[in-house]
Amino acid sequence: MNEAQIRALAAQALADIAPEADLASVGDAEDLREALDLDSMDFLNFVIALSQKSGLKIPEADTACLYTLRGLVAYLAGR
Amino acid sequence: MADFTMPSLGADMETGKVVEWLVKPGDRVKPGDVVAVVETHKGAIDVECFLDGVIDELAPLGAELPVGAVLAMVRRAGEAPAEPKASHPAAVAKVVGAAAAPAAAPPVVLPGLTRVKVSPAARQRAAALGIEADVLRGSGADGAVTLADVEQAASRSAALSTPRTARRGFDPALMRQAIAAAMARSKREIPHYYLSATVDFGAAQAWLDDHNATHEPLERLLPATLLLKACAKALTEVPQLNGFWRDDAFQPAAAIHIGWAISLRGGGLVAPAIHDADRKTLPELMAALRDLVQRARAGGLRSSELTDPTLTVTSLGERGAESVFGVIYPPQVAIVGFGRVVVRPWVCGGAVLPRPVVAVTLAADHRASDGHVGGQLLAAIDRALQDPATL
Repeated sequence: MNEAQIRALAAQALADIAPEADLASVGDAEDLREALDLDSMDFLNFVIALSQKSGLKIPEADTACLYTLRGLVAYLAGR
Repeated sequence: MADFTMPSLGADMETGKVVEWLVKPGDRVKPGDVVAVVETHKGAIDVECFLDGVIDELAPLGAELPVGAVLAMVRRAGEAPAEPKASHPAAVAKVVGAAAAPAAAPPVVLPGLTRVKVSPAARQRAAALGIEADVLRGSGADGAVTLADVEQAASRSAALSTPRTARRGFDPALMRQAIAAAMARSKREIPHYYLSATVDFGAAQAWLDDHNATHEPLERLLPATLLLKACAKALTEVPQLNGFWRDDAFQPAAAIHIGWAISLRGGGLVAPAIHDADRKTLPELMAALRDLVQRARAGGLRSSELTDPTLTVTSLGERGAESVFGVIYPPQVAIVGFGRVVVRPWVCGGAVLPRPVVAVTLAADHRASDGHVGGQLLAAIDRALQDPATL
């Protein structure tokens, strides 16, 4: 996946969890959980959606890489 | 015949509005069936009927009705069909014009009399308005449909066709009012007492990390699941806090239905029940939590979930404050709060170690219990969390 595809995937994953949230308004280094007011359940659902939509296994230990858009793009691009 | 009435979906509810019937007159209903969608300040709630029989005489859509108002009649098996009562407010116009009918709530056609007398003026006016006069219930002589009946039906239809901004969601302003009413009543009537304890979450965290490392995201558990189960388990040991304060006395509940406080995006709070939480496994509780959060936000909570909680738990999650002292939701007698799990220096076997800990609090009704009992509950929650494999 290239960066644009990953960003589109993240936006899709978010749409079901926080329909009103706008990923475009979030800075690359910002913590998504803070910026979009995602609680523990929201973030876990976000990880589930990313895993399902990308077809990639995301180990629990790697989920901290997904806190920011920069980390998320780097992580998924490298897989 | 038994009355199916507007349920009280919480201490703060006075009226509700049926916005959709999911059954037709003459349908068979069984206890637990969702039969109607009622709009309340908590959003649109799927209302269950706990009667067994054939439902009839459905109340009109869109009318603001008080708690306890008859919404329908249920004829139990073996009962003879009764003549519809002329005074029953169940006549709803069948709106013919598609534009006038809200898409989500098709108007209900009631079984009228087989032959209906309609005054000529009424028939003419009905035709002009696009209403079928023959399905209206008449108020005239011999039950004839009069011009007034047609006008009334038309105004009801007009009310129905007012577009709703969010069919299943909630109105933040109404939600605010509901919370204000319930919380003000709680603080006015309930003499709260408060206790807190800091609990070592190390064993629970280790168990959780181990579980999550070996499971797919969909099967992973949140710390909240363990906190919820520990609380439910503790209530089996301290049942004095599981129940209601009614008629100047504590009434213990027969089962443990934990009201789980869910913060709604856009503001507001609702605490629907997780039924029999003490008897569910951790994966079952996780699934129940996920489902409840989803339905609380999107709409589709069931009436029993709003009426059944026997104690509320509020858990702040990984981004919350370190501790929370709740306000009791009447007629419950206690609320348990879990703060964010934080790593703190902790004395463990004579040494100071970094350790994940969680602040567990209790706000309880002093009319129903004393601090000694409250302390027993916190101690029981602590014990349960030290042995996560048995949760």
